[in-house]
Amino acid sequence: MFHTAAAEVSPGRQILRALHLDLPLLGGISLLLALGFVVLYSASGENLDMLQRQGVRVALAFGVLMLLAQIPHHHLRQWSPWVYLMGVLLLVLVMFFGEMGKGAQRWLDLGLIRFQPSEFMKLAVPMMVAWYFADRPLPPRLRELVVAGVVVAVPAGLIAQQPDLGTALLVSGAGLLVIFLAGIRWRVLLGLGALAVAAAPLLWHFMQDYQRRRVLTLLNPESDPLGAGYHIIQSKIAIGSGGVYGKGWLNGTQSQLEFLPERSTDFIFAVYAEEFGLLGVLVLLALYLFVIFRGLIIAVRAQDTYARLLAGSLSVTFFIYVFVNTGMVIGLLPVVGVPLPLFSYGGTSLVTLMAAFGILMSIHSHRRLLAR
Amino acid sequence: MPVRQPLKNHYQEKRLFLARVVILMVMVTLLFGIVSARLGHLQVASYSHFSTLSQNNRVRLEALPPPRGLIFDRNGVVLAENRPAYQLEVTPEQVTDMDATLEQLARIVHLEEARIERFRRMLKGKRPFQAVPLKLNLTDEELANFAVNRHRFPGVDVEARVARHYPQGASLAHVLGYVGRIDERELARIDTQRYAGTTHIGKLGIERFYESQLHGHVGFQKVEVNAQGRTLRVLEREPATPGRDLVLSLDVRLQRAAEEILDGYAGAIVAMDPRNGEVLAMVSMPSFDPNLFVHGISRSVFQELRTHRRQPLFNRALSGQYPPGSTLKPVVGLAGLEHGVTTAERTMYSPGYYTLPNDTRRYRDWRYHGTVNLDRAIAQSSDVYFYDLGHKLGIDRMSSFLGRFGLGERTGIDSTGERQGLLPSREWKRATYNQPWYPGETLITAIGQGYMLTTPLQLTSLTSTLAMRGERVRPHLLRGHIQGDGGELALDESEPLAPVQVSRPEYWDQVREPMEHVLHRARGTAHSSAGQDAAYRIAGKTGTSQVFGLGEEEEYDEDELAMHLHDHALFIGYAPADDPRIAVAVIVEHGGSGGRVAAPMARKVMDYYLLEMES
Repeated sequence: MFHTAAAEVSPGRQILRALHLDLPLLGGISLLLALGFVVLYSASGENLDMLQRQGVRVALAFGVLMLLAQIPHHHLRQWSPWVYLMGVLLLVLVMFFGEMGKGAQRWLDLGLIRFQPSEFMKLAVPMMVAWYFADRPLPPRLRELVVAGVVVAVPAGLIAQQPDLGTALLVSGAGLLVIFLAGIRWRVLLGLGALAVAAAPLLWHFMQDYQRRRVLTLLNPESDPLGAGYHIIQSKIAIGSGGVYGKGWLNGTQSQLEFLPERSTDFIFAVYAEEFGLLGVLVLLALYLFVIFRGLIIAVRAQDTYARLLAGSLSVTFFIYVFVNTGMVIGLLPVVGVPLPLFSYGGTSLVTLMAAFGILMSIHSHRRLLAR
Repeated sequence: MPVRQPLKNHYQEKRLFLARVVILMVMVTLLFGIVSARLGHLQVASYSHFSTLSQNNRVRLEALPPPRGLIFDRNGVVLAENRPAYQLEVTPEQVTDMDATLEQLARIVHLEEARIERFRRMLKGKRPFQAVPLKLNLTDEELANFAVNRHRFPGVDVEARVARHYPQGASLAHVLGYVGRIDERELARIDTQRYAGTTHIGKLGIERFYESQLHGHVGFQKVEVNAQGRTLRVLEREPATPGRDLVLSLDVRLQRAAEEILDGYAGAIVAMDPRNGEVLAMVSMPSFDPNLFVHGISRSVFQELRTHRRQPLFNRALSGQYPPGSTLKPVVGLAGLEHGVTTAERTMYSPGYYTLPNDTRRYRDWRYHGTVNLDRAIAQSSDVYFYDLGHKLGIDRMSSFLGRFGLGERTGIDSTGERQGLLPSREWKRATYNQPWYPGETLITAIGQGYMLTTPLQLTSLTSTLAMRGERVRPHLLRGHIQGDGGELALDESEPLAPVQVSRPEYWDQVREPMEHVLHRARGTAHSSAGQDAAYRIAGKTGTSQVFGLGEEEEYDEDELAMHLHDHALFIGYAPADDPRIAVAVIVEHGGSGGRVAAPMARKVMDYYLLEMES
């Protein structure tokens, strides 16, 4: 029995392997998605229609995941520059022909589907930077850092001017993470950090009014309790009144009585925290942590530089999602439109996220089984 | 593949990457730690704070205003009630086409342009599910018209609200007063918590005086609301305690009778039971309809009432101040007896005028009396006798004795607007005019003229004191209130006042008997007009108080004088004389002679009370 166990793989595992899927990652994602449905049911006011629509999106996103998992990552690597260039081109097109939605120009109407190129860049930018570093000796030299910086800055800038600060943040985060993982030297990093601090007032100067307001609102939400501060105040009330054990599923008064705005999208975490309490929230954070760590383990076990860098970046970008969203909902960070991954109602970011997980699975499952 | 120049060191790169991943893992864990700490702070440390906020968010306290207490007369006739007032309300979210709805509604109920405009303005400030009143106080016809067509108007409803109503109309306006919308001054005065949800408050009269009893205690309900403020359900309810139902001592039948008797004149009739101070009727004419004020009187109607020549808004019974004239004589006579300046037997000759020693001025009587004693001086109303008596008494003793009958001070009746009249004295004149008291002023004070002013209620109270031989009770309108569910009447105790005491009881008879002679002896001033055919004995005194000063030698000719310069006609009296059950004071502004005009009115009131009502 003991001896055969290693050789004799269970049929389930065989199927997973054939499909290039990673069980721990798949399990974590599925649990999160399932929990997301439970919370969405409550947050939407028991709206089955919304649930059904989200179900279709999840199915679609799973399809994308499966598809990408089948593609060996060395193909992705070869396509990286073209994917990146196409993305930048689309961003430029959005700038001129894009559709307005909620005060920002993000969408490109391709007839059949409406497409958000900025979302696409969340994958294309880390792919490009990883491609750039893949064959170069690491840690990178200064000249290479500058090139990589430009590769990140161009799409990030294009997205920021739409304006879509949240996505710009995630896109540049994904790119910068690759640079960090590539082994940027600490003194360079510190120098750049100091430069960023020095540039902060300049950034403030270039910020849109609404963005400044959001920062100010974070610092003092009570200054505008019915305007910009309303979200944060109501969200904090929802979370705080949940206590340790929560008010129970479907019993969150803040969300059920509609005091909490954006409760099925950006602020769904507050609904969850109100109804399931601190215990529920810690379980959720643990699940996220598990998925992130699993992604990083896949990165460490990857066999070439491109795969390593990309896998590491995608995993931590997933973390940035979680952190920026929860940080906003609990009043630690300004209000930026970043959904809670795998939880929030909506399809765009879901597809991107699942695509990233598909890439991670591809990286993990297409390892060449070499003798150590 | 690009040509590589420097060589890649795969082993080293892998170690570098691993180090970076470990750093990121640590950072991720750390940041999750911060998020968890923050959540712990919100959900554990600040739990009670946020829990309260969340509770406040969803729970709203709504006031349930108490129904106002009813007011009845002594026989249980309703004087003030709460009647449903129907108003048309529109719930905007249920109306598809507001303009069309309004246009069609206007064909059924009368809608003024201004009203519609106001409605549109109110519409903007309300949430779509909140009903907005379109027309207040629907008439029965409009109500019926709408009821028939109701199906055509989704979102339009008839809402019944309670509104104060005074079924007796103008009859009791001065007694009851009225309620009106709470204004800013009142808002500053009242406990706003007790008045949560209440829109109206007593403005005058009984409604004002007994506001605290009539109002009741506000109730509350806790309701759950959502973020839009829509009420979802009632969580908790503490019903309101209705206001007290009050029973007045007034008898509506007598009130109405007195009103009819005084009809056409401006004046007042106040009748009370001398034994206990219960006011039986209190009429001030002309009057107004208090119902006008409940829903907010229109500016033009109010202006008309306010500027009307005969001042219908003025409550003459309590606020009107008149010279008492000769009605004061019995009391002045009593003062003379008590102070020993005259006796029942003493006689004097009246030439028709009186002069003070060392003074040439003649104080004229209204007629020639010849030889008079106290009895004839009261019965036939000799001024000269009382000039002489006043002179001998002096202002100080006279003023102080009159004060014991409550003149110059408020009776303290349970209503609003009562005035104190004026009891002149040496000190008063010094303080007011900084002048000495002149002996001539004592003379005219003795016949109730000059500075002297009394209210009709004060005269009624004075009459009661005479009727009760000095016993005094505070006049009051409230008899009691209805207690518990059984509807039992809990009576209020009458409040005795310091009695008027004289050294010899027969002094009372020595002024009371002449008062009977006013009506029942041939030459009594009210004999022919009121006393001669009475079925019971009445004691009274006529009075005619000058509005217009005549010169020493001038004759008063009623026909030649303009109406507003005519004398006020007064009469005070009680009956039956040997066992008084009613005391009445009548004042008819510019009525002319007290004997001819006022006395018959008092007689009719007494007849109605003693003969018609009691039988």
